Amino acid sequence: MADIAFLLLIFFLVTTTIEKDKGIARQLPPIEDVEDPPIIKQKNLFIVNVNRHDQLLVEENLMNIKDLRQAAIEFIDNGGAPAGSPEHCSFCQGNRLPGSSDNPNKAVISVQNDRLTSYKMYIAVQNELVAAYNFLRDRESQRKFGWKFTEMKRSIDDGNFNGSAAQQERIEGQLQEIQDMIPLKLSEAEPKKSGS
Amino acid sequence: MAHKFKKKKGGEIPAVNTASLPDIVFMLLFFFMVVTVLRDSNLLVQQRLPKGDQVEKLKKDRSVFIYAGKPSPRYQDKYGTEGKIQIGDKYTDISNLSFALTEARAKLRPELQSKIMVALKVDEETNTGLVTDIKQELRELNMLKLIYITSPGTPIEN
Repeated sequence: MADIAFLLLIFFLVTTTIEKDKGIARQLPPIEDVEDPPIIKQKNLFIVNVNRHDQLLVEENLMNIKDLRQAAIEFIDNGGAPAGSPEHCSFCQGNRLPGSSDNPNKAVISVQNDRLTSYKMYIAVQNELVAAYNFLRDRESQRKFGWKFTEMKRSIDDGNFNGSAAQQERIEGQLQEIQDMIPLKLSEAEPKKSGS
Repeated sequence: MAHKFKKKKGGEIPAVNTASLPDIVFMLLFFFMVVTVLRDSNLLVQQRLPKGDQVEKLKKDRSVFIYAGKPSPRYQDKYGTEGKIQIGDKYTDISNLSFALTEARAKLRPELQSKIMVALKVDEETNTGLVTDIKQELRELNMLKLIYITSPGTPIEN
């Protein structure tokens, strides 16, 4: 009997997964009075506007949510600063259009919502923009270190990293390096009152 | 020797063998221990979470939950269908949010209180305005780490 009990016990232990909440993590900006806010060049700003009918206006053009990820990737990865200038992006594979962003660490994506935008749409937009950043971070970490940023970060966060503590420390430094290369600069404007 | 083979009169039922009872009890105990998910607050609002795939895991020990959405069907005749906020077991008004959150923070382990993370479980039909109000309160309270809980899946339906 005891054997059967243990067998069943182990069976349930192995097969049952306890549901864990997952979500999109975000850091809010602190409230502080900035004397003179840094001036962001128009070309380094990517404006995503969502109206109360859940329609997207990206850089003054109507866009489908399906195309948002690619548009954001092209904007961040553009690397428009000319070679030799301090802002030159050596790793960018974009079109290097002079009218788009200079460097991923200069590029800012600004999302504007209406108060009546649905939360579903809001999350969809956030998800696509985070996906664009993750795509580029994966690409760069693959090129530089031979592993994917998101996969490595997940395994460290979950505590599944197999390797010594020193190795883990080194990888964490490399993760930070990628994050500094392509920082997630998502700003959210105060939502407009409905009716705009 | 005849009495040795004599049948017992009255047909008494022999006592049930209870030797295996502890095993069975332990088995059930373990089974329920494993499959039971503890939920500490009962939901007063609708929760159909939006879908997302660029997700991170939530660290439960340092998080405070805020639920928002329409009141559940059984509360709708009392509270209407306007989006509402729930913390713990009761509805909270936006003006009471800071008090409720400070209280919730005090319940966390002291060493984790500075690393507090607010988990927003918001129904997908809610207006973003309500979420913005919550975020503004959070900024004033200096609780800047936030996680929007989503359900697995891609947000773009084909």
